[in-house]
Amino acid sequence: MSSTTSKSALGEFLGNLVRAPRAIYRAAFRTGAPTTDRSRSDFVFGNVFLHLHPVRTHRWSLRWTTTLGLGIAATAAFLLTLVTGVLLMFYYKPFPEAAYESIKDIHFVVPTGRFIRNIHRWAANVMVVAVLAHMVRVFFTASYRAPREFNWLIGMGLLVVTLGLSFTGYLLPWDQLAYWATTIGANIAQSPRELTDSLGITEQFDPGGLQKQLLLGSDTVGAESLIRFYLLHVMILPLALAALMAVHFWRIRKDGGLNRPEDADARLGPAPDATYPVFTEAPKKTYHLAAIVQGRTPAVRRGPENTVPSMPHLFYAELGVLMVTVLICVGLSLLANAPLKELANPSVPENPAKAPWYFLGLQELVSFSAFMGGVGIPAIVVVGLGLIPFLDREGAGSGDWFGGPGGARLVVWSAIVGLAAVLAVEAFAIQFGWIRQWFPHAPQLLITLVNPGTVLTAMYAAYSIWLVKWHNSTRAGALGLFTCFLCGFVVLTIIGTHFRGPNWEFYWSPAQWPTH
Amino acid sequence: MSETSSLVRSRLDPEPVPRRDFLGLASMGAAGAAMLFALVGMLRLPKAAVVASPSKKFTVQLPDSLAPGKAHIPAGRSVALFRDEKGVYAISLVCTHLGCIVKEAAEGFECPCHGSKFTADGTVTKGPAPTALPWLKVTPRDGEFVVDEDTTVPQGAKVTG
Repeated sequence: MSSTTSKSALGEFLGNLVRAPRAIYRAAFRTGAPTTDRSRSDFVFGNVFLHLHPVRTHRWSLRWTTTLGLGIAATAAFLLTLVTGVLLMFYYKPFPEAAYESIKDIHFVVPTGRFIRNIHRWAANVMVVAVLAHMVRVFFTASYRAPREFNWLIGMGLLVVTLGLSFTGYLLPWDQLAYWATTIGANIAQSPRELTDSLGITEQFDPGGLQKQLLLGSDTVGAESLIRFYLLHVMILPLALAALMAVHFWRIRKDGGLNRPEDADARLGPAPDATYPVFTEAPKKTYHLAAIVQGRTPAVRRGPENTVPSMPHLFYAELGVLMVTVLICVGLSLLANAPLKELANPSVPENPAKAPWYFLGLQELVSFSAFMGGVGIPAIVVVGLGLIPFLDREGAGSGDWFGGPGGARLVVWSAIVGLAAVLAVEAFAIQFGWIRQWFPHAPQLLITLVNPGTVLTAMYAAYSIWLVKWHNSTRAGALGLFTCFLCGFVVLTIIGTHFRGPNWEFYWSPAQWPTH
Repeated sequence: MSETSSLVRSRLDPEPVPRRDFLGLASMGAAGAAMLFALVGMLRLPKAAVVASPSKKFTVQLPDSLAPGKAHIPAGRSVALFRDEKGVYAISLVCTHLGCIVKEAAEGFECPCHGSKFTADGTVTKGPAPTALPWLKVTPRDGEFVVDEDTTVPQGAKVTG
């Protein structure tokens, strides 16, 4: 008796051993292949990484023109920087000069080091572009409106953290470019002194000095600053970004999925015949009259509420965007190397000392007034953008590109106004200079308050208020203002990138820069 | 008797001050205050008590050949020293705009970063710099000069020695 038991136990043991791989697989993936509506649902909510997604997705959300895939592209670029960034940390040493040497090692000695660093650099750029473009998409489709106001605010937080990650990463190579861009950035943090100095209260109240000291841990860029920037870049900001991303994605679902027009269902019509099964399986039981049959009921050949299963429709689309993003980043990395200039030299600034391209619009404004260009106007823009969903409580045009009173026509006109204003103000300042040249003893407070940057901001604000009255709609004013600021941002960035040379003088092309 | 009975409230009446709510709110408030206090305390750490930066005082020997109006810039320092008939003076070369190092130009100084221009005595003539380049304290000592980058003096203050 006992021998037969032991024999069968041994047999069972061997059998289990043989079956173990399959059993392990089944334990990990309980739901099996996603072949039916039910198993497709299980596929999503049985997986911790996929369950942020809905089980079914509205067909409007899957149209290319709804999102252009920009949010997923930004996420994909972030994942690329995450993976490549961790790889770079194997060799990077956050200490002056050692940092420069380690980047040189990564560039010239480490296997695939240059390629990985290039991907990190390019993915960071792609991420900034994708985040900005995503915000433009959300704005122009009026998708910031209730109930999505809070997610718009989270998105603004993500934009700020993304720019913070780029800025802190800029210092790490410890080359001339890094050192001087960081010096300028830290002094922008200190620029509230421009205001407190002209009011004569810096001794009592010095938020600028405090900000700079907290950022640098010193009064100049040195070893203390590098370790702080490194900590922000590899730990604090990525964690903040990940937390905000989780809230951002979760809120999409809690706010009712992606925004769509009220008549989206009517405009979509029934799914094309080729659509991967909306209701795949023939009913297992016969429901007779209750069965879904061809007829005049509105739900014919549609999933519930015009949705399709997220597996495969949504996931394949996301995978497609991910692959395109990887392709772009890798392609750019093969074409152009991430720059590395000479070792940082605190006595000789790079000339011109330029920040990363997306900050060059700000640098252009900073060349008029440090405080207004670097702190005042950005703060006005961020607060203004954050307020938009709480001021625009209208409903018309939600979910449509350039939706709302005025529509695409208004956007085109606003673009013309916005371009004309920024070009006129810049041309004037480049041609005739500003107050300091005309009246060398003018008080600084006057220049802080009245400079090309604030004049341009005031022009845009006045135009937008006029739009609100003219169209009797806050959305019209917001459309105009956003378009104007977009034009301003693009033009100032291009001027800062291409038309400013040594001593921040205007040149028609870099070929005209004096050789030195 | 009737007076006391009127004071006895039914247990169905709402409490005038719900004791449990009060205690709950008070404890949550205390927890919130404690966390806020801890957060403020933690923020003290990154604000360095002693700023780690190179010494701001240095000694310099001026060459005898230094002509009036010509700058002597000690190696590794962002300070220009001048000597004329009235004495010796030092001007900081750190731009008052955003901290770039200005360089000597035909007349005075100019900043490579955002195009601020200064006269030979540091006054702003062009660009975004909010104030003049500061003059630094110079003290003569045994034929050499000690420059203190942390102490500014009024424009035009020169020392002999």
